[in-house]
Amino acid sequence: MKTICFYFQVHQPFRLKKYRFFDISEDDYYYDDFSNRNLMRKIAERCYLPANEMLLKMFNEYGNQFKVSFSISGIALDQFEMYAPDVLESFKRLAETGNVEFLSETYSHSLVALKSKEEFVQQVELHSKRIETLFGQRPKVFRNTELVYSDEIGEMVAEMGYKAMLTEGAKHILGWKSPNYLYYNAINPKLKILLRNYKLSDDIAFRFSNQGWKDWPLTAEKFVGWLKEADAKEEIINLFMDYETFGEHQWKETGIFDFMEALPHFVFQETDYQFGTPTEIAEKHQPVAAFNVNYPISWADEERDLTAWLGNKLQNEAFTKFYELQQYVDKVQDEKLKRDWLYLQTSDHFYYMCTKFFSDGDVHKYFTPYDSPYDAFINYMNVLSDFEERLKLAPKKDVPEVESINIEELISEYKAKLDKLEAQKAKTSEVKAIEKTKPKAKAIEKTKPKAKAIEKTKPKAKAIEKTKPKTKAIEKTKPKVKAISKTKKVPKAIDKKKVGGNSKK
Amino acid sequence: MKVLMFGWEFPPHISGGLGTACYGLTKGLASYEDLELLFVVPKAHGDEDQNAASLIGANDVVIKRKRFNYQDFWKDMTYIEVGSVLIPYASPDEYERLVSERKLEQSAITETDDFGRMNFTGKYGKDLLQEVTNYAYVAQTIAAENEFDVIHAHDWLTYAAGIAAKKISGKPLVIHVHATEFDRSGETVNQTVYDIEKMGMENADKIITVSNLTRNIVIERYGISPEKIVTVYNAVEPQEAEKKQFKKNVKEKVVTFLGRVTFQKGPEYFIEAAYQVLQKVDNVRFVMAGSGDLLRKMIRRAAALGITNRCHFTDFLRGEDVTRMFAISDVYVMPSVSEPFGISPLEAMRSNVPVVISKQSGVAEILQHAIKVDFWDIDAISDAIYGLLKYDALSDMFRTYGKTEVNNLKWENAAGHVRNVYYDAFNEFMQKKGVE
Repeated sequence: MKTICFYFQVHQPFRLKKYRFFDISEDDYYYDDFSNRNLMRKIAERCYLPANEMLLKMFNEYGNQFKVSFSISGIALDQFEMYAPDVLESFKRLAETGNVEFLSETYSHSLVALKSKEEFVQQVELHSKRIETLFGQRPKVFRNTELVYSDEIGEMVAEMGYKAMLTEGAKHILGWKSPNYLYYNAINPKLKILLRNYKLSDDIAFRFSNQGWKDWPLTAEKFVGWLKEADAKEEIINLFMDYETFGEHQWKETGIFDFMEALPHFVFQETDYQFGTPTEIAEKHQPVAAFNVNYPISWADEERDLTAWLGNKLQNEAFTKFYELQQYVDKVQDEKLKRDWLYLQTSDHFYYMCTKFFSDGDVHKYFTPYDSPYDAFINYMNVLSDFEERLKLAPKKDVPEVESINIEELISEYKAKLDKLEAQKAKTSEVKAIEKTKPKAKAIEKTKPKAKAIEKTKPKAKAIEKTKPKTKAIEKTKPKVKAISKTKKVPKAIDKKKVGGNSKK
Repeated sequence: MKVLMFGWEFPPHISGGLGTACYGLTKGLASYEDLELLFVVPKAHGDEDQNAASLIGANDVVIKRKRFNYQDFWKDMTYIEVGSVLIPYASPDEYERLVSERKLEQSAITETDDFGRMNFTGKYGKDLLQEVTNYAYVAQTIAAENEFDVIHAHDWLTYAAGIAAKKISGKPLVIHVHATEFDRSGETVNQTVYDIEKMGMENADKIITVSNLTRNIVIERYGISPEKIVTVYNAVEPQEAEKKQFKKNVKEKVVTFLGRVTFQKGPEYFIEAAYQVLQKVDNVRFVMAGSGDLLRKMIRRAAALGITNRCHFTDFLRGEDVTRMFAISDVYVMPSVSEPFGISPLEAMRSNVPVVISKQSGVAEILQHAIKVDFWDIDAISDAIYGLLKYDALSDMFRTYGKTEVNNLKWENAAGHVRNVYYDAFNEFMQKKGVE
């Protein structure tokens, strides 16, 4: 059985307005409403609305034989709500057909996976909930921002219970291997990996209207001809692209919509391919090998690495400075600050600071609202200075170090643990005394030394961590300690790997 | 190919863009073995060495001819000095000095300002025009007595000479536009100068402009056909090995304006930006290095804003002081209202100083590692300065890439383009001649 998988990325950043240094501590609104609204409306008219209509038409024609998948960033959903509720409605109609799978990603379309596991998990959860509320389906497959992937990221995703994850079929990772099979994560084999066929994907996404291309004009018939040429044993063709390919990157006049509409017809007529969603593929196909990725990859540029976002000093500085604020964000409750925190970490802000386009790549120029990467950096850092100031002045949460989301859960966990300890050390009456006299939150703090006591037994626990369920329970009682140590490790590792000599640390 | 060039004296004798550009270009041309140069400069003769063979040209102008040996870089150059008061771009002080020297020496003097702009008041104006004419006569004499294939004239004061040489020799003329009357005078152009410029451009077989900005002015304001205009960007000499380590005398960061304090350079935007930045940043000092007709006004404005304790005026700097100024600077700002090219940001970048330049400068067309702003946009200028002072990663980036970028702008490359223009001019001219 052979499957074609269409996956579309839908994302629009909240572009920042011109934010001068004298605005710092004067103005706490950072977004360019005018251009965000205008761009959203323009793209809605040119792409989202007609493309959704096209898909709806195709679902009507082919029933559930034709399927696609989407990942819509939380930032894009917010903007749909603000500026294009009609687009949101049309996505909902698509969802109702049952032929569309919605994937999970970070709410902010951020690169947080490289920085903090805790924050990453939170953002994914936030996004997942949002998708479920809007479209009535809980995502089962994960797609990281710009298909950024490494073994460690895959491991985190597997831990969160996802079945499969999408990434780039990067040539430098695959070598002689083909992207047209299902793979699995090198650390946790339970997580299936779907790899983008960049040749066929880019034929549609980038080259479709290029008249200098030897295969121009690309017709559905020709494309299906290429599918037929593929090795008979190959199982999956993953066509991953920006949804804006339809009508925005490739204008309607290029015939991109006609191409897409005609494609299933030729696929069914001339090949034995079916269309499937990532979840179906993960269920039906057998993975053939582990996909080993030590250094993060992405789907961007020739290099297929992180250099579009974290490739120079400006980007690294802004990125580091931003995530240094995490400690303050955790302590505040202000909704506006929380929202800014999400909007400011969108990967696009770092993309605008990329200096690679000095030497190549019109792609970068096409996307940036700034005259130069330097302007992008100055503007972002001004905003960040104000944001930092606001964070530091904001009133702190009553309960220290505990996220509001799972506070009840944590309290009960700690309670359970306390009971256990009590049972173990019946003599120590002081623990009881504390519990009775002090409010709950403080009790939690006090349990900390106890957690340390448990830590002593940890060497043993670690060795058997994977086999024994009860040690897991112990681990859960001190999530804070672990998470902190992890967040410190992750960025360092990335610095060394990614940035090499450029890194300050 | 032999080139008859009407150029200008080299630094340090002449300060400012034209002399520097002529020097760099000449040096660059020297790397092409097929080129030979007959170099003619106007020079106000005083007490110089009279041993060199001299000849008297038309109108009793002193002409000196000598074999030129400038740091051994030019193998085969004939250098001719013509007695004349033509002074390009001299700084006001220097001009004053020259003028007073000349006053002692002899009679009437033509007053030109730092752009070589004539002041047609009273008896002086006529004399500068007279000088231009005299120079053209001499050019004719030189052209008649020498063999060459192409004529190359730099800026309007020598256009007449170029045309005269072309008339008598029948060789093609290339003129090099380093600035136009619109750059010097804004909208109040001097009609006589404009006419001379236009005449030069119309008579030229090829025109070299120092930027597309200037190229557009030549097309739009002088009505010249775009086909014969070629932009060749200036370059900068690589930094000589650091002879001296300059110690910074103040602990604060230093933001510098270095240039003539005249309308074209936009000094008031620098002062206003300084005021804005000082509202937010303590740890900074602003330096306006240069002199000019707006200097006093600038000092008064700074005083009115109450920032004179943080804003310093050095007056005109020369030689080592310039190097020193760059060495202690953290940011260089060039808010020029109109700048045909603008070599000084390149010098700053060469000294590892990040630059903020106006979009209204020719140099903005080629620089990538610079912050570009509109000269009138004081908010943008101050924001750029603030960013460079506050965010270390930004200045780090500039230090890393700016110097490399500047070092890649080589005079040899610029000279290569000029050489192509020579050949084009020569070939097209010969073709035309053949047809006729």
